Amino acid sequence: MLEILHRLFSFAGTGELLRQPFVHNALLAAAVLGLLAGLLAPLIVTRGMTFAVHGTSELAFTGAAAALLLGANLRFGAIAGAVLASILFGLLGLRRGERDSVIGVVLAFGLGLGVLMLALYHGRSANKFSLLTGSIVSVDPTGLALLTGCAVIVIAVLAVAYRPLLFASADPDVAAARGVPVRILSLVFAVLIGLSTAMAVPVVGAILVLAVTVTPGAAAARVSSNPVVVTALSILFAEVALVGGVILSLGPNLPISGYAATLVFLCYVGCRLVARYRRAAVRTA
Amino acid sequence: MTAETRAPTPRADEDTGTPAVELSGARLELGERLLWDGLDLRVRPGEFVAVLGPNGSGKTTLVNVLLGRRELTSGQVLVGGHAPGTRGTRIGYIPQQRALEADLPLRARDLVGLGLDGHRFGLPTGRRERRARVDAALAAVDATRYADQPVGRLSGGEQQRLRVAQALVGDPELLLCDEPLLSLDLANQRVVSRLIDRRRAEAGTAVLFVTHEINPILPMVDRVLYLVDGRFRVGTPEQVMTSETLSELYRTEIDVLRVRGRLVVVGADDAGCHPHEDH
Repeated sequence: MLEILHRLFSFAGTGELLRQPFVHNALLAAAVLGLLAGLLAPLIVTRGMTFAVHGTSELAFTGAAAALLLGANLRFGAIAGAVLASILFGLLGLRRGERDSVIGVVLAFGLGLGVLMLALYHGRSANKFSLLTGSIVSVDPTGLALLTGCAVIVIAVLAVAYRPLLFASADPDVAAARGVPVRILSLVFAVLIGLSTAMAVPVVGAILVLAVTVTPGAAAARVSSNPVVVTALSILFAEVALVGGVILSLGPNLPISGYAATLVFLCYVGCRLVARYRRAAVRTA
Repeated sequence: MTAETRAPTPRADEDTGTPAVELSGARLELGERLLWDGLDLRVRPGEFVAVLGPNGSGKTTLVNVLLGRRELTSGQVLVGGHAPGTRGTRIGYIPQQRALEADLPLRARDLVGLGLDGHRFGLPTGRRERRARVDAALAAVDATRYADQPVGRLSGGEQQRLRVAQALVGDPELLLCDEPLLSLDLANQRVVSRLIDRRRAEAGTAVLFVTHEINPILPMVDRVLYLVDGRFRVGTPEQVMTSETLSELYRTEIDVLRVRGRLVVVGADDAGCHPHEDH
């Protein structure tokens, strides 16, 4: 037991590693990804798209596995899979019941294909594993540039379309009546999710994308309903999870996903407790 | 103001004022079904028109035509002198009350603010003026008290007041209301319909009010558009809400009774004058 704890929380060499250029890359990547995920998470929660994000990340995994098998660039494979999936899910619109079953069907098929392709792949097995659980060593300068490019695109689109997007997400009927292009925005947002998910898969792994793209928004929405405050908190939580995850994972040399998922889960639990405490305080006041 | 008296309708000069809504020879088919044909309707600024009729008679479709979300099969439609769906006219839209999700990360003031500039792309501008207008709209519907509360945790009546504020904050020339009183209790029905009528009286906003139930708004209504099975009648409530006219429209024996200032329609399901379940 103690041995495991020692293995989990070891800071031997952390200081040394923090001076390494590849760690700087990883930290930068984590920070950019945190910004992306934190910005999108409140909208994902508002639109009730948690399951769609999960589906998208599994298909990013399928795309990456295909790229691995074909000897192509993993990131482009992930982008192709995620963007295709997100456009498909975006076309399904906002009717949740029907959307969820289609996502389930496509997700299962994509995951099956991905597993099959990984089994056919005879390269390094570490490559396979990192697709599922992420790896910070995978962040090379090209990856970092790509990630930054995606972040610029997402931020630019959000800067221009944030209000109509919020309107269409929170209040689709009235937004449509006011002339907001609800369906087009649904597609645009889906592509943003696809890009961000594809960027997140190599870093945190396909199975844990939700931890950074949904949980920060869900946590923030517990303690505030001011959209600006929720977004700011969501970015903060995503940064804590990702940057904190990188730092904690350095010493033990374990995947960051476990650390990131735990940190953001603690943020979520904390927010729920704050919300409950506040409600109790209001009741007794 | 009591339910029996109403603020006077500002009668704009019919010849010079642009009608808020102008339908001429409007025909609409949905697949095989003819919803209405030869519909002529001019709604003046400051006029309150109730749209009545059974389910499936094309009441909501009419609203969608005016919003530019559906095209007429033939005929002409102008909203404030412009083609519908173009940004020429300021339209406020009040939907039926549907509970917003409890953990929607949005405050009451944000919902109202979306009515002001939620449809606009680009970076926000004029923050102070925006806040002042949202505050004024909230105050006008008596919602200042819960302006900063999460919108999903408010009651149905409170949410529907916010819907009115959301529609009014953009200073509309035309208010399209699609069953805004449905699933509200009587007290809140009265509050919401009075808020709408006050706007009509104070700002000369034309109101097109789709409803199952005319009684809560009967004292405010200038004219009624009654749609049944492709047939329709336009006129004052006194002209349309009679046994004779409704029997003709429904092609069956209908009795309209006046009981203590309320209209009771006997003989037609869904004839617009008795309370209905949500559908």
